[in-house]
Amino acid sequence: MLSKRIIPCLDVRNGRVVKGVRFVDIRDAGDPVELASAYDREGADELVFLDITASHERRETVVDLARRCAEELFIPFTIGGGMRDESDFRKVLKAGADKIAINTAALDHPEVINRCARRFGSQCVVVAIDAKCVSGEGEEKRWEAFVHGGRTPTGRDAVEWAVEAARRGAGEILLTSMDADGVQTGYDIDLTRAITSSIPIPVIASGGAGNLDHLVEVVKEADADAVLAASIFHYGTYSIREAKEYMAAAGIPMRLT
Amino acid sequence: MITVIDYGMGNLRSVEKALEKVGAEVRVSRDPDDLRSASKLVLPGVGAFGDAMENLRKRGLVDVIQEEAAAGKPLLGICLGLDLVFEESEEHGLHEGLGLLPGRVELLTTELKIPHIGWNRIRIEKESPLLAGVPDGSFFYFVHSYVVVPRRDSDILCTTDYGCRFVSAVEHENVSAFQFHPEKSSALGLNILRNFATS
Repeated sequence: MLSKRIIPCLDVRNGRVVKGVRFVDIRDAGDPVELASAYDREGADELVFLDITASHERRETVVDLARRCAEELFIPFTIGGGMRDESDFRKVLKAGADKIAINTAALDHPEVINRCARRFGSQCVVVAIDAKCVSGEGEEKRWEAFVHGGRTPTGRDAVEWAVEAARRGAGEILLTSMDADGVQTGYDIDLTRAITSSIPIPVIASGGAGNLDHLVEVVKEADADAVLAASIFHYGTYSIREAKEYMAAAGIPMRLT
Repeated sequence: MITVIDYGMGNLRSVEKALEKVGAEVRVSRDPDDLRSASKLVLPGVGAFGDAMENLRKRGLVDVIQEEAAAGKPLLGICLGLDLVFEESEEHGLHEGLGLLPGRVELLTTELKIPHIGWNRIRIEKESPLLAGVPDGSFFYFVHSYVVVPRRDSDILCTTDYGCRFVSAVEHENVSAFQFHPEKSSALGLNILRNFATS
């Protein structure tokens, strides 16, 4: 039986991790590769790097990051941030990344999903969706997809967009609740369930993890295939191992090493 | 010197780096002479079976691999490399494989999602030096839609459950192959590569 996955996420700017990370056994807390290796040793199932370098050099920094990670990281890793087309995919995959996350480019030109899936395989095409609740009180819940790091509304219904992305060949959806992100009060269960129940591909739940019950909850109640978290691991609130043992004790299949 | 066979199918960098990590001397090459002079061969790969065989043929590597394997040189297949060591595959039409082991490649038959992607357990079916230090029931990272069906039960090294039981590793004399990716399976994956490099 497949295990559920825990995926720490690292935000990287100009080749450095943005948020401080509290590991005792590393020399350079800003080096994404060293941090990633520490997470690998702790039992992380995968890693996601989001490059937030705000310049036209971003593509080069992303390729360099993939190349350096491939030398030290022996679990699958995804890189996202400003990737636009097949040529970006080719470069970053060739540098050693396993998967690429795309968001704005996919909404601007949805056929890029088909092309990359056909060319490189669905398994490496992760469509990231940033969703925000837009329904009024008392209405049936609706969520809209946002782009440009959550700054720009698209008018697209998030569930419909997930269905289209899956149909076009996405291998996985990385679903971030903009309402829950950073608040640490739990994942958005309604949003996550609305998406997992609508598509046949795995969903990584993101945004809102504040404690270990939140991880259990989104897997058990919303059927998430993987949980992504940043702060609770970076700041050492919980170790990956603790989180996995807690989830396993709750009856969730986890890879314990 | 271990030669990782480069035949234009997928990213070889992870395999190369993982072997380097465990202290092996590695060369990625498509030159038949490099395959002949290597002490061991690794056949990795991601993609379609038919394209892979076509690429191997175009580069004149089919005969070399068959000869070297027949001469007893250790060969490790990974993912698509596992499929390729068998006689034939039904992936998008019928294709002839390298035929190092008897059996065929079929679409995974399961009620669960295909491709099978993620961490799953192996059940160890027989002893092998490659699995030294790898406990039965360990998790490894899989990405595939097809499975191998060996004709000899004695070639089955590991099986895995995914709504069905399929063969996740095989071994016969000097030819070993894994459906999962040791180079993406953290410490235990590196353990297998170290066993291969030092065996």
